[in-house]
Amino acid sequence: MKQYDIVIIGGGPAGLAAAVSAKKSGVDSILILERDKELGGILNQCIHNGFGLHTFKEELTGPEYAGRFIDQAEELQIEYKLNTMVMDIRADKVVTAMNSADGLFEIQAKAIVLAMGCRERSRGALNIPGYRPSGIFSAGTAQRLVNMEGYLPGREVVILGSGDIGLIMARRMTFEGAKVKVVAELMPYSGGLKRNIVQCLDDYGIPLKLSHTVVDIKGKERVEGVTLAEVDSKGKPIPGTEEYYSCDTLLLSVGLIPENELSGGMGVEMNPVTSGPKVNESLETNIEGVFACGNVLHVHDLVDFVSEEAAAAGKNAAAYVKAGAEKRKGGKEIMLKAVDGVRYTVPVAINPERMEETVTVRFRVGNVYKNCYICVYLGEERVLHRKRQIMAPGEMEEIKLTKEQLLQYADLKEITVKIEEA
Amino acid sequence: MEERNLTCISCPMGCPLTVVLNDQEVVSVSGNTCKRGDIYARKEVTNPTRIVTTTVRVEDGSADMVSVKTKEDVPKGKIFECVEALKNVTVKAPVHIGDVIVSNVAGTGVDIVATKNVK
Repeated sequence: MKQYDIVIIGGGPAGLAAAVSAKKSGVDSILILERDKELGGILNQCIHNGFGLHTFKEELTGPEYAGRFIDQAEELQIEYKLNTMVMDIRADKVVTAMNSADGLFEIQAKAIVLAMGCRERSRGALNIPGYRPSGIFSAGTAQRLVNMEGYLPGREVVILGSGDIGLIMARRMTFEGAKVKVVAELMPYSGGLKRNIVQCLDDYGIPLKLSHTVVDIKGKERVEGVTLAEVDSKGKPIPGTEEYYSCDTLLLSVGLIPENELSGGMGVEMNPVTSGPKVNESLETNIEGVFACGNVLHVHDLVDFVSEEAAAAGKNAAAYVKAGAEKRKGGKEIMLKAVDGVRYTVPVAINPERMEETVTVRFRVGNVYKNCYICVYLGEERVLHRKRQIMAPGEMEEIKLTKEQLLQYADLKEITVKIEEA
Repeated sequence: MEERNLTCISCPMGCPLTVVLNDQEVVSVSGNTCKRGDIYARKEVTNPTRIVTTTVRVEDGSADMVSVKTKEDVPKGKIFECVEALKNVTVKAPVHIGDVIVSNVAGTGVDIVATKNVK
């Protein structure tokens, strides 16, 4: 059986940044396994600009951003296998994968970085009644068809969901000559970035209907039209508000789900809120030496933060390989509690003995909050009270905790992150 | 006097901005809660610009399409002319990030460059 120090599952932005960082941290034996025919992951189809403002201090398109990391990986001579599907990972870190050149094969790893990314919620998850005609695509599928394969999925389009991919595709389809009639969003606010609403919808006069959903899809062979209706505060359609739009295409941009079948199969503990692994301050799962980063851990808005998080995971995986499990023991984990508007935190636990000087805690809020405070309590004591003009579910938040700060509390059992009103 | 309504994109607040114009001159900006809103509104009503990103076909390459962009911002009003100018453009592989695909697109003085490597 082939052996590697670190095997990285996925060659998208998270996998690449983890690999580069692990290599720079002094581990040479690294293998990336990627199922697509090229490295770069979803960035290859995200041809719009706006990537890299934090990482490179300039605005790049998705393929350019990926290109920077692919170049680094090539320069560092990091090994990778393309067109390779990982079938199974065991808790003892044996990875089973297959491709058409090597057939089915096993690899023994000392450490594993999970970087499989996420996938889109599909129609099946939404319970929209009606037949199953052609012409219903997830926004990301349409994006791949248009940007990478050169096909236009349809000419008259309705988009359900105002996630960023849907907004980006509204503009993209418009450029390609399609007519985007409306974007309907179930929630009373958009899940997408303001910038995308203005530059992808407002710029082209595409209406955004908040608190609306699709209640019927017409057409048996091909979509002929959809019926939208307004919903009440519980998300139930309000009778009498139905409005019919003729169209040949319905795009769904209704959320992303971390792709964790492999993680679950090997016994990684999951956080039901994020659908991603529970990790500690080292981004390590409950299985020691197995780390997670990027969208497989929790869905991000900005790739810059994926790269940052993945670089930390790669560095920690390298430290694990170099030190061995025994040396990293000691100290105890303090649990993080997410309450009062904070939906979750990544990580879920911090070991102050083991952490670096600072650890970044990322989280999302469950609602739109204006002029509220992000608060952190170490035990009973409030140590952070930061005013935020606005927080929204669509924008990930972060705070930093320092080792110095945490070590001051001898019997600390719990760190609470919450939102408080003025 | 002309009044224009915008949504600020500088942060998630999305302040509704009202700009009062007197012939092309900005008389006032209101609705913003910080300085960034003021700067955004003045630029957006006097000289709105965008980076345009799209794709062109590739011949004999490892992929059928290559992504491209305007190397710099172009006037917002020129977006569709830029897209139109690329409609029937085909390039031969290999293509490298930064290669000029069309120079001076739609008379904007801005080049269209590749944003992806295609072998």
